[in-house]
Amino acid sequence: MLFQIRYAILHDISGLLGFIILSAIIILSIIAPIVFPLDTVSDPSNIFRAPSLMHILGTDHLGRDIWAQIANGGRELLVMALITASLGMFIGVVLGAFSALIGGKFDEILLLLADVWLSIPRLPLLVVISAFIKLNSIALAIILAILSWAGLYRTIRSEVLSLKEREFIEAAFMQNLSISHIVFKEIAPNLMGFIIVNFTLLMRASIYSQVGLVFLGILPLDQNWGVMINQAWTQGVIYSKNSILYIISPTIMICLLIISLVWIGKSLEDVFNPSLRK
Amino acid sequence: MYILKKLFKMLFTIWVVMTLIFFLIRLMPSNPVERYIEAQMVQFGLSLEEATSKASFLFSMDLNKTMLEQYLGYLGRVIRLDFGNSLLSPGVPVMTIIAQRLPWTLFTVGLGLVLSFIVGTATGAVLAFKRDRWYEPIVSGIASFLSAIPDFLIAIFLLLLFGVVTWGGRGTILPINMLRGNYSMGVTPGFNVRFILDALKHGMLPILTYMFSQLGIWILLMKGSTISSLSADYVTMAKVRGIKPTRILTAYIGRNAMLPIVTEFAMRLGFIIGGSLIIEQLFVYQGIGLELLKATNGRDYPLMQGIFLIMSIAIVVSSFLAELMYVVLDPRIKSKGGN
Repeated sequence: MLFQIRYAILHDISGLLGFIILSAIIILSIIAPIVFPLDTVSDPSNIFRAPSLMHILGTDHLGRDIWAQIANGGRELLVMALITASLGMFIGVVLGAFSALIGGKFDEILLLLADVWLSIPRLPLLVVISAFIKLNSIALAIILAILSWAGLYRTIRSEVLSLKEREFIEAAFMQNLSISHIVFKEIAPNLMGFIIVNFTLLMRASIYSQVGLVFLGILPLDQNWGVMINQAWTQGVIYSKNSILYIISPTIMICLLIISLVWIGKSLEDVFNPSLRK
Repeated sequence: MYILKKLFKMLFTIWVVMTLIFFLIRLMPSNPVERYIEAQMVQFGLSLEEATSKASFLFSMDLNKTMLEQYLGYLGRVIRLDFGNSLLSPGVPVMTIIAQRLPWTLFTVGLGLVLSFIVGTATGAVLAFKRDRWYEPIVSGIASFLSAIPDFLIAIFLLLLFGVVTWGGRGTILPINMLRGNYSMGVTPGFNVRFILDALKHGMLPILTYMFSQLGIWILLMKGSTISSLSADYVTMAKVRGIKPTRILTAYIGRNAMLPIVTEFAMRLGFIIGGSLIIEQLFVYQGIGLELLKATNGRDYPLMQGIFLIMSIAIVVSSFLAELMYVVLDPRIKSKGGN
């Protein structure tokens, strides 16, 4: 397992790059509150300063340091994405594995529901839900995990269906081991590579929804990159030439974070699914 | 048989969405109907009967009947596309608002998707043949970058590029502040050149966003599926039989390479319609997504419900159409009866 991950990091350049970027963002998120504290008050005398030694990326429309906001902006996105991905993965593995093992009507109904669920538009549904439930980051992370069950369920189900034919699963059935033992002790470990790959995809989807909803003003404003874009838009500074750095830096950071996840996912996929290798 | 099965699934999906919405609006704790009645009683001093009948009219539900009767009545009306009246603009049927807004979203999303599909599949097919050229990894790299990053970030880049940054002291490429909304003042909507050009100009940035955000996926998909059909036996056989290369390209490789892509088309459509919420907000484009946001912020439940349902129906119907396309492209399915 560890060996495989090490191989994934080192065997191709984009995987390596992805790991470097992601590690940099994680380290930045951890040290930022101490090393680059946020400006809590606005400073009208310092508006739209060009980059300098004091302010590496200049200052925004309220005179606050942009770099501090960038450095502190990834933490929340990452933590929430981790929560969503872990929870979503758990739901997907349990439903997919049980559905494939039990089979019959249960399997058929779940498969039909998954198909139906996949054609309901995700983002509009979240917006509609926000009219009924007061959303915050944690609630959103949980709702996102629940909403993403269908896609994961389908991929994991088909994966388990092929695992089911293998001897060691048959042997487990013959020993009359309980179905939850088979799911968690026999099947889940063998799906590990698959799970890790889908984990990065889920994190990516979660970051997309978080930033999107923050931009739409539906999530309460904490400190993250989406909030910077939202602020730039609602305050109208997005149209000002002076604030290009304020709007472009969070945009680039989100791009980097998502690209690094995609690259890591791809290089891990190469390791765990050698048949896909070119 | 295959088509019937898909038709049944389509209707089932629409029914599930309709039921989901009914229960959200009617049965959730502190649901909008009860909150509305309470507000009427407290603020305007109406009696419970008066408030109930007012709410019945607004939500077009007869609140004095049993829940089951209400549900059936609701299904009956929604099937006739009658969603009641908007709360924010009283007296205006929800369907009228949707009919005004939906064409704009379909116009931008549809045009963007079709453009990206044409450009993307063509590029992908060419790349599959030119795998040894120096530009292949560059184009593939750009494609995978475009397919990875969220569409609204592409929108921000386009906005900055066209509307904010000044080039060579001459000002921005587009007068971004004049391009909000769907068309300019003083242009009469209708089938005339001036209106069409103006609508294209206003829709340009959303259309470009949809196009670029989908382009990468088409390139990668088409490249992959062309490469795999290049090595197929029937292509080798066709070459051996001395069939002209252009005919092999269109009839043998093209048709088979398109197959996996067509189903993806429908999935994409649903995804972009959802994403149009953010894009339309960013460019202040008056489509169905922006209207849904306005309805949500103003707690206009009938309008929200109508728009959400219309969005879902649009997605379900288009994926059904894609299934039909699939049958036309791949005759094997009809005989086998599907998977």
